[in-house]
Amino acid sequence: MLSYFIKRLGLAAAIVSVAMFLLFCMIYLIPGDPASVALGPRATEEMRAALREKMGLNQPVLVQFWNFYIGAWTGDLGDEVLSGRPVTTVVLEQLPYTLALIVGGITWSVALGIPLGCWAAVSRGSWADRVVGILSVAVIAVPSFVIAIYALLIFAVELRWLPAIGAGEPGNLGDQLTHLILPSLAVGLGWVGYIARMVRASMLEVLEASHIRTARAFGLPDRTITYRYALSIAILPTVTLLGVGIGQMLSSAVFAEIVFARPGVGKLVYDAILTRNFPIVTGTVLITTVLFVLLNLLADLIIGALDPRVRSSF
Amino acid sequence: MTTLRIDNLNVTFSTEAGPLHALKNVSFDVPENRIVGIVGESGCGKSTLINAILGLLADNGSVDGGSILFEGQDELTTLPPSRMRDLRGPRIATVFQDPMGALNPVISVGKQMLNIQYRSPLSKEEKLNRAVEMLELVRIPDARAALVRYPHQFSGGMKQRIAIAMALMMEPALLIADEPTTALDATLEVTTIELLKDLQQKIGCSVMFISHHLGVIAELCDDVVVMYAGEVVERGTVRQIFQDPRHPYTARLLECDPARQSERTRNLPTIPGEIPDLRARPTGCIFANRCDRVSDACSAPPPDKDIGGGHIARCFVADTPAETGVTA
Ligand SMILES: Nc1ncnc2c1ncn2[C@@H]1O[C@H](COP(=O)(O)OP(=O)(O)OP(=O)(O)O)[C@@H](O)[C@H]1O
Ligand code: SF4
Ligand SMILES: [Mg+2]
Repeated sequence: MLSYFIKRLGLAAAIVSVAMFLLFCMIYLIPGDPASVALGPRATEEMRAALREKMGLNQPVLVQFWNFYIGAWTGDLGDEVLSGRPVTTVVLEQLPYTLALIVGGITWSVALGIPLGCWAAVSRGSWADRVVGILSVAVIAVPSFVIAIYALLIFAVELRWLPAIGAGEPGNLGDQLTHLILPSLAVGLGWVGYIARMVRASMLEVLEASHIRTARAFGLPDRTITYRYALSIAILPTVTLLGVGIGQMLSSAVFAEIVFARPGVGKLVYDAILTRNFPIVTGTVLITTVLFVLLNLLADLIIGALDPRVRSSF
Repeated sequence: MTTLRIDNLNVTFSTEAGPLHALKNVSFDVPENRIVGIVGESGCGKSTLINAILGLLADNGSVDGGSILFEGQDELTTLPPSRMRDLRGPRIATVFQDPMGALNPVISVGKQMLNIQYRSPLSKEEKLNRAVEMLELVRIPDARAALVRYPHQFSGGMKQRIAIAMALMMEPALLIADEPTTALDATLEVTTIELLKDLQQKIGCSVMFISHHLGVIAELCDDVVVMYAGEVVERGTVRQIFQDPRHPYTARLLECDPARQSERTRNLPTIPGEIPDLRARPTGCIFANRCDRVSDACSAPPPDKDIGGGHIARCFVADTPAETGVTA
């Protein structure tokens, strides 16, 4: 178990390193001088030279990469160009908002997707199954920013049931949660469809298994069979799918944050790109990569907790 | 009293290529406290028969005609599903064909054995003790520790014995065992069979034992039902079937001496020809295309001829002994 965990952490570190390398190349190859961008058109040549020196842009490229790499691992992602605040601080300030959005999205998708998928599988071929099937495909097909815009228009602007913009008053959990409902729905709704279809398919497969027939042959109640004997197995591919899907949810979060004018790393990186604030872009991408890798690891550990066969292979 | 009386049972599966008549006019009894062996080639309808008894036919299958009477009172073909569920487990317990997959992979053995006792008024502690007792009976080493383990941590033979322990823990009136030993090696098979017979006597239940293996049937069973292409072609006591087979199919099966056969091949001898397509059954005898005693008469459906003493064969020439039969 421990050695498995260490192995996985090592792999995660390798993935993050590769991401760092790619990011560095990208930034290095982008035309334009970050120092001039940062200082604006009215800066003097001396000011630019001084900033270049401070940012280490005059050093050989390998040294620059090495400094970037070591700095990143120690949590130093450089300073923001405009305000001069540490990038790590700026990103970590915004991260909880995005994390809340993603956790909210996962909650929606799991809370709706799993029961719907189960229901469809158990009543296979019925109208309920067909309705769930059509709705699943529909919500998968519609891009999340479209869902975000319509959710905003319908529930916030037209019906005025829910707040339209912002993340809610800091410190007021209830207010923050009501502000989370629509954006997290926009992030998670497509996943309701994915998960419903996934759960339906794996439920149908598991319900055919001989151990389910054994459970029936012992006269276990249908509810026990569906939820404790079948779903506990059928859920496993869904957890893996969610682990991978977090990447996609992160990109949906960018749209949701823009549409709902929420703070968060999506909004942060969007603004940073518009203002060519490259350290913020790099820092955000790196930190979300780490987040993605860690959440994936978490998904694997959850599978281990749910499946003794996987656990014993750890 | 007869534990199970099956009378003229018919089961059809609807398939894309038309209805498949999987069981045709199947009749036999499982008397109280007896072990009835069911033998027949792969695809002859043994599992279908079990599923029909348990009310667990696949969605595309249905019983169309006939009766399954359990303990003289419950007509299983028309029993409401909830009543049927009450019988499954406590009254009719089953060990299925596939030992590897028969236990739930993500629930511990102890929890599974606990769950199937959900109707029992015993305390959790007592139920677990019962589970340990049963596991010891089927000789699972360190039975109490086995409770917290998961199926993949046991060998195939152990899993099969756990499945048997689970079924017998219910103290059923009828135990159905679908090829419970095919996945085991020869020595394990013998121990498992002995165990099954022991436990059957201890609990005093009737057993329907399905097997490909004639040697095992001869060893374990009191009565034999020979199935071919969804029909019971011959039934009787072990002595009647093995010493005086009347159906040409049975005779062909027995052509290899069962004792010798158990060393050489563990499965039924192969007979030239193929089982007819069950979607297009011949109007006459189902075995006609492979029979060495076929005559013109056989293009009509053969009657169930009563040879006497409960020995019945579905063949026109069943009155005369098959000369190919061997003495057991
Ligand atoms: N759900 C189903 N749909 C269509 N045909 C089926 C279905 N289940 C079984 N059959 C057919 O019914 C016949 C009997 O099958 P069954 O599984 O009962 O045979 P069996 O005697 O148990 O064979 P084996 O020894 O291989 O287990 C076969 O021809 C099979 O193809
Ligand atoms: S009825 Fe005819 S074809 Fe059928 S088994 Fe008897 S002799 Fe053979
Ligand atoms: Mg079978």
